[in-house]
Amino acid sequence: MNETEINFLEESFKKYYFDHSELIRVLERAPEREFGYQKFNSGMTRHLSIKNDKELHLLCMQNIPSDVYCSNAYYSFPNLPMNEKDWKEADLIFDIDAKDLNLSCRENHTVSICNECNEISKNSGKCIKCNSIKLEKKSLPCKNCIDSSKIEVSKLSEILINDFQINKENIHVYFSGNEGFHVYVYNSQFQQIGSRERSELVDYIMFHGAIPETFGMKKFKVNRSSFPDFDKSGWQGRFSKHIFGTKSKRPKIISELLTNGYSSFQKTLDNISQNIGVKIDPNVTMDIHRIFRLPGSINSKSGLAKILCENLQKFDPYIEASFIGDDSIEVLANCPIEFKLKNKKFGPYLNEKVTIPRFAAVYLICKKLASLS
Amino acid sequence: MLELGQDEIAKYPFLADAGQYLKDKGFTLEQFGVDPDLKQLISKAYERIQVAADGKIYKSDLIDNQVSKEAALPREVFSFLLAIVLLKLSGMHTLIKRFALAEARRAEKYLEKDLANISDESKNQLAVRIIDDLFSVKVKKLDDYFIISISDYLKHSINFHEREWKLINRHVENGQVFLTPHETVRLIRKELGTYINSKIVNAKTPTMIPGFEDSVNKLVSLSKKFKTFTVTTGEYPPCIKHAINILEKGENLPHSGRFMLATFLLSKGQTIQQIAPLFKNAPDYNPRVTLYQLNHLAGTSGSGTQYSCPSCEKLKTQSLCFATSECDNIINPLQFGKKKQ
Repeated sequence: MNETEINFLEESFKKYYFDHSELIRVLERAPEREFGYQKFNSGMTRHLSIKNDKELHLLCMQNIPSDVYCSNAYYSFPNLPMNEKDWKEADLIFDIDAKDLNLSCRENHTVSICNECNEISKNSGKCIKCNSIKLEKKSLPCKNCIDSSKIEVSKLSEILINDFQINKENIHVYFSGNEGFHVYVYNSQFQQIGSRERSELVDYIMFHGAIPETFGMKKFKVNRSSFPDFDKSGWQGRFSKHIFGTKSKRPKIISELLTNGYSSFQKTLDNISQNIGVKIDPNVTMDIHRIFRLPGSINSKSGLAKILCENLQKFDPYIEASFIGDDSIEVLANCPIEFKLKNKKFGPYLNEKVTIPRFAAVYLICKKLASLS
Repeated sequence: MLELGQDEIAKYPFLADAGQYLKDKGFTLEQFGVDPDLKQLISKAYERIQVAADGKIYKSDLIDNQVSKEAALPREVFSFLLAIVLLKLSGMHTLIKRFALAEARRAEKYLEKDLANISDESKNQLAVRIIDDLFSVKVKKLDDYFIISISDYLKHSINFHEREWKLINRHVENGQVFLTPHETVRLIRKELGTYINSKIVNAKTPTMIPGFEDSVNKLVSLSKKFKTFTVTTGEYPPCIKHAINILEKGENLPHSGRFMLATFLLSKGQTIQQIAPLFKNAPDYNPRVTLYQLNHLAGTSGSGTQYSCPSCEKLKTQSLCFATSECDNIINPLQFGKKKQ
């Protein structure tokens, strides 16, 4: 990104920080959290302490960050180096990203930017111009990506509420500002558990590491009645609904499972984790020292804001998370894919000069698919 | 501290204050070295350690019920206390570890019995109290099960490597894990062992007591049995081979995979200059960033923390594990190819 584009994005972001300061709020117990930010084309500044909204707004207006971050962890001394911070506890956070869902729609709206010659193409293997394999992938997520991510969020919420007994009011779902959702769990019994314990929660949620015995199958002396019923709580019930489908099919399927035997049952368990497990990013949940994009801040990968989804089912990020102005901007766009923002369709643009609203220009420049010529 | 009756001290001797117990019974340690009747108890104590060293559980008179309770109970406690004295005098740490573990497993049996005891509420409550006081695990009874909060469960279960202890293989409901008495007690085995171990380690070492020498010398020679030597094949484990392979093909290795590879090789003694070129085929390769991150992991920059190679369990969660039979149930990639001789 060159200086002209950085200036343009900074000007657009600054206006957002100024006009929408009501959206840019610190999280609860801010003085105990670590903050950080990045500027365009520059490294991370972290280990900052910010006590209230006023200090946060000042940081945004003074530095015009491309991205702002805040820890899920609470520390005695958030502004000291990591091993002197004195970690106290951390909110439980989950990241659900459309790029991890193996969706078939992905190839229709993903482009490759060659790191060597900057050629943009829909070919994902290697650069069509210089054959380099060093490609950067940019995706313009579609409705299917967002809807599929929402399904994962719902699956996750069900487990959090039913299995982990977390109050609905303590689960906050945020659009990440790019391709997915961040789910925050506040004030749970898990606040103080460490990374290894969190990784066990991850395996539970993703349905990783299940053994046949848990679901009624044994190596020897198998009993038909040991397979779980539909009304069982937790994974036993969910497994049962998935594998048997309906009550009438249950006896026949149990017979099949018994005929196929123990090791085949293990394979079935491993395979269905892809379907019934929730597709969260394990690294995010396990990390108890991470700083996360701050709700209300803009995601520089897209120019969209990370915002709370009050009504997940109805939520449309391409309408509700776009806060940039709509004055006309001329850009040189190279975006072979059509996309929709604020109910307007744009593209495809094949290396052409176009005049589009500022919010669309910001979106394309953030995606490195347009420049200010 | 818990109020304990005579038979409870016999079952859980590690809960007693050793010095106070001897005093209450009117004995000094020196008497055990000279009095022919009491001297038998030193042999009993030695036997108790020997059984533990063999990886077995000391079979107590309490279970056999052969002798009268009044005589058996103090003997049971004395043999435990004297065993500690012998261990301290011998100074053999391998034996202390083995003894603590075996004693933990012995206590486990009683805890399990007491926990499942529905006819005597006080026994049941004592077991619940011990578990809560010593290990901060709050256990509640619900029908035939004992329930504990998921977070309490995880703090202990992460020490197990068997898959049956994974949360996914547990009955989980309303934020609680359902366990049988056996599982409840098994859950704290390691901590019970650690607790007993630390009690022994922290106990004062007495000066040699006349009459104790023989048993102490026998312990020193017993401990020599447990010295082991390890040899390493030098071959990389499959997860590391896989990561190197991905990088060689110019494909993207996730951040967690790069972390694993770098920390593994650093632990194996490779230098940053040797490791850095591995990443040059990565799609987003930037030599400056690679060096910065490697220095950070090695502890030569930043906070100075040296990062260690993640455990197999963690790598499984991150989908970076490609275990083969050669892995042989290791718990960290660094152990791959090590054979005890």
